[in-house]
Amino acid sequence: MNKKQRKMLFRIIIAAVFLVLLNFIPVTGTAVFLLYLIPYLVVGYDILWKALKGIKNHQVFDENFLMAVATIGAIALALYEKSSDYTEAIAVMLFYQIGEWFQSYAVGKSRRNISELMDIRPDYANIEKDGRLEKTDPDEVETGSVIVVQPGEKVPIDGIVEEGESSLNTSALTGESLPRDVEKGDEIISGCINMTGVLKIRTTKEFGESTVSKILDLVENASSRKSKSEDFISRFARIYTPAVCCAALALAFLPPLVRMLGMGMAAEWGTWIYRALTFLVISCPCALVISIPLSFFAGIGGAGNAGVLVKGSNYLETLSQTKIMVFDKTGTLTQGVFEVNGIHHSEMENEKLIEYAALAESASSHPISKSLQRAYGKEIDRSRVSDIREISGNGIIAKVDGREIAIGNDKLMKHMGISFINCHSVGTILHMAVDHKYAGHIVISDVVKPHSKEAVQELKKAGIRKTVMLTGDAKKVAEQVAEDLGLDGVYSELLPADKVEKVEELMKNKPEKEKLAFVGDGMNDAPVLRRADIGIAMGAMGSDAAIEAADVVLMDDDPMQISKAIKISRKCLRIVYQNIVFAIGIKVICLVLGAVGIASMWLAIFADVGVMILAVLNAIRALFVKKL
Amino acid sequence: MKKSYKIDVDCANCANKMEEAAQKTAGVKNASVNFMMLKMNVEFEDGYNPKEVMQEVRKNCKKVEDDCEIYL
Repeated sequence: MNKKQRKMLFRIIIAAVFLVLLNFIPVTGTAVFLLYLIPYLVVGYDILWKALKGIKNHQVFDENFLMAVATIGAIALALYEKSSDYTEAIAVMLFYQIGEWFQSYAVGKSRRNISELMDIRPDYANIEKDGRLEKTDPDEVETGSVIVVQPGEKVPIDGIVEEGESSLNTSALTGESLPRDVEKGDEIISGCINMTGVLKIRTTKEFGESTVSKILDLVENASSRKSKSEDFISRFARIYTPAVCCAALALAFLPPLVRMLGMGMAAEWGTWIYRALTFLVISCPCALVISIPLSFFAGIGGAGNAGVLVKGSNYLETLSQTKIMVFDKTGTLTQGVFEVNGIHHSEMENEKLIEYAALAESASSHPISKSLQRAYGKEIDRSRVSDIREISGNGIIAKVDGREIAIGNDKLMKHMGISFINCHSVGTILHMAVDHKYAGHIVISDVVKPHSKEAVQELKKAGIRKTVMLTGDAKKVAEQVAEDLGLDGVYSELLPADKVEKVEELMKNKPEKEKLAFVGDGMNDAPVLRRADIGIAMGAMGSDAAIEAADVVLMDDDPMQISKAIKISRKCLRIVYQNIVFAIGIKVICLVLGAVGIASMWLAIFADVGVMILAVLNAIRALFVKKL
Repeated sequence: MKKSYKIDVDCANCANKMEEAAQKTAGVKNASVNFMMLKMNVEFEDGYNPKEVMQEVRKNCKKVEDDCEIYL
């Protein structure tokens, strides 16, 4: 509770106690009025003051003004009818203030909760100076400096471990509770907590460019991108208050005039003015206006804590409407860790073939090249390689030790007019030609991630209608993987540009309301991530391109996170719709009951504040996503 | 040019009103108020001085919601 809230709570309690006591004090006449004025002013003086200022600034539909009119009107009616029943007006003011207080308290609380969830901001970095550790502002640490991270401290800046080994707790970043072990030479990402050993880290980025800064920036700006539901609510709020006020005005004057002039009955001004004042009590759209953004904010916060970073409320909304899920294969459904599984029809020694292959692919960081380099196992002498030409989607041609090495798929061989031997193994087949002569092929296969199959099933359960896999890989491999995982469709042997085309084609053939999501590992999927209705980048820790291009970033590379993201978005949007229907519904019912005279002002304010409290509590539910 | 300002306001509807008031101010191309983060992002039109424009924005916001503050 802050100072403002404490003061308000104090005023509310004083006024409430006073109001109850007044029921037992036996006074009559003007004294009653004056006594009742005390709690009214105690709890509502600021509203009256703001109402006056509102009039000065021509803010007719200001809620303070309306509340003032409603309560003063009720008091005036009580005076006029000599009923001495002032309790109602005071209670309306009291409950209105309770509602406002609760709203401010709940919002403040969830603001704090959510920032605690994302509490990954490091406060300092340790730099060793003359054998002593000095705490420095992370902003001032230059790239390439060595920082020391002790057990229990957060890694402040991205870097590479220079010395020491330790376990890292990455749960604040990825939602994954298993610690990750690091040792000398490993890349390390800021935001992790060092658990066991002292680490010396050579920074590779500035603080502002580090993972932790990027994530914080992303989360903090997320709720600035407003969803359609939020736009709808602000538009609704803009017309709701004026509309209810006009209705109140009509209710105060039309029925009595009609009764008096048209039907020759008594006008009953008091009754109708009272009903009109009841309208004013319900005229504040607060419950709606607060609960919708709060739901999104809580949803995004909860998701962030589970390792799912959503860049905006609008993306959370789109994600919840996703019916078609398109996956990239490598690195998303499969581990992207390839292994050389066989060498067939080699014209030379297997080792020599692998050596040529590894050297020719030495400039590439593609997982397949990496696997060749691993299979070769020795240090690569790049000076032996020259004239590397990459033929996108087909392979590489390079000069190694003066011999021309071509390595790639069958398209490359066809393109070069070299006859080749087809392979019957499932995997990625790399044909090789040395000096334009076929030299055999290498079989490389990828391993499906342990949770991929489960993830696909979970997605189906969560209501995804169609799952499609896109890959640049050979048809045989792709189909095998798709069958193993139970996917609905597969398109193989695609160049990066073909992937965009395929996604566009899928988007054209789907109904407007169903959204298409693309999941990739973000390495070379940026164009597709941008093109899809919603782009999800996986395992993107440290990959700037992916964080930039995607709308949703999964910090972990476990495919179960995809279904988790969908479930979080569905839950959040369910809460949003519940709140919209609930809040508008109750208001409409109250207005109708108020117009026909069934609902009193008491009921109106109860309903109004009650709806707000329930809607806010419901909104906070979006925060709890751990068990989804 | 875009800038972000810290704000203080109590109710969500008031935040919406501030957004509207800011958008109507001369020199403001677009403005959005983030009630949950208590932040106002303002995009300025070319040729306007953000400092002067923000004084106006603040004045206009005060008009619609007396109890608000923009920390310039």
